[in-house]
Amino acid sequence: MTAPAETPPITARVEEKFPGAVTASHQQFGDETITVAKDQYLAVMTLLRNDPTLKFNLMVDLSAVDFLGQSPRFQVVVHLKSLSLGHRLRVKVGVGEDGPEACTLPTISKLWVAADWYERECFDMYGIRFQGHPNLKRLLLYESFVGHPLRKDYDIHLQQPRVELRPVRERYDYQNRNLTDPSETERRPL
Amino acid sequence: MGVKTKAPAIEQGAFFTTRLDAVLNWARKYSLFQYPFATACCGMEFMATAASHYDQARFGAEIPRFSPRQSDVLWVAGTINHKMAPIVKRVHEQMAHPKWVIAFGACASSGGFYQNYAVVQGLDRVIPVDVYIGGCPPRPEAVLDGLIALQDLIQTRGPTGHTGINPRQTKEVLLLSRQ
Repeated sequence: MTAPAETPPITARVEEKFPGAVTASHQQFGDETITVAKDQYLAVMTLLRNDPTLKFNLMVDLSAVDFLGQSPRFQVVVHLKSLSLGHRLRVKVGVGEDGPEACTLPTISKLWVAADWYERECFDMYGIRFQGHPNLKRLLLYESFVGHPLRKDYDIHLQQPRVELRPVRERYDYQNRNLTDPSETERRPL
Repeated sequence: MGVKTKAPAIEQGAFFTTRLDAVLNWARKYSLFQYPFATACCGMEFMATAASHYDQARFGAEIPRFSPRQSDVLWVAGTINHKMAPIVKRVHEQMAHPKWVIAFGACASSGGFYQNYAVVQGLDRVIPVDVYIGGCPPRPEAVLDGLIALQDLIQTRGPTGHTGINPRQTKEVLLLSRQ
């Protein structure tokens, strides 16, 4: 295996069109990954969609990662594939939670219709608002849900029931091998 | 020819006396109409149990009714999350008395391995449960055992249900539950 001597083709094309937009990149198993600046995100995605040498006509996946304690806190990851040219690309973009445009990112649902529900799920779980989205409301959770559960600072035990929960009369405590009443011991929130 | 002291039918064993509720409970436990509320993979095990290989119809629990108004027993097979909880509660309220509930599998019984923002930690937090069937998912033999346990419950406790006590519980657990 030879050492990578030159910039892989997709990354090179993006850097040629938008110098400085790609802040990091790597290549593994023949697929490239680029990290782009947030302000160039929409322009880069438009290029990837329309450029005749790239032709990414299929948006495979859009999700996010919460790096709590780092800046920028979130990272939105988009997977693209070109069905005509047969290559793939992973695009990462950092989304911070500070400043006037906190937790926002331009929508790409105008470029790929499939991104519509992915962005809604991403908003649902992480609270990232996709500006320009035609219908940005919760996709999976119910409307009365407060907060965004896949954020790392969401309490893992916190539940938001929609019906009144029946009391648990007795619960077998397997660690201490006796019956306990959760209302007395308050072992956990629910 | 002597005088008969007993009716001939009794001597020949043509009928016997019993308690009316015992007969009714016997009829109830062998004519269970079921509402399969399948939300996850446990639903496949329910289908396997109901199909010809394990043949749930042998126990009188033959017909799945897809209307809660025609059902006697509610099989909740699968994970119940908080988004689904009002629906399963409404289905249970629409069933006519007497009615029983079986929590089918680990998720319906306790939340299973899900302890997070989405999943109800046991179906009994939403509606009363009569029989819990463990397993992830339970094998058809376990399902039939749970069905027989429900039949024992109906025979011994009548149409009240909602006790949450499995008559097949071990002696240790029963003793603990009385403390």
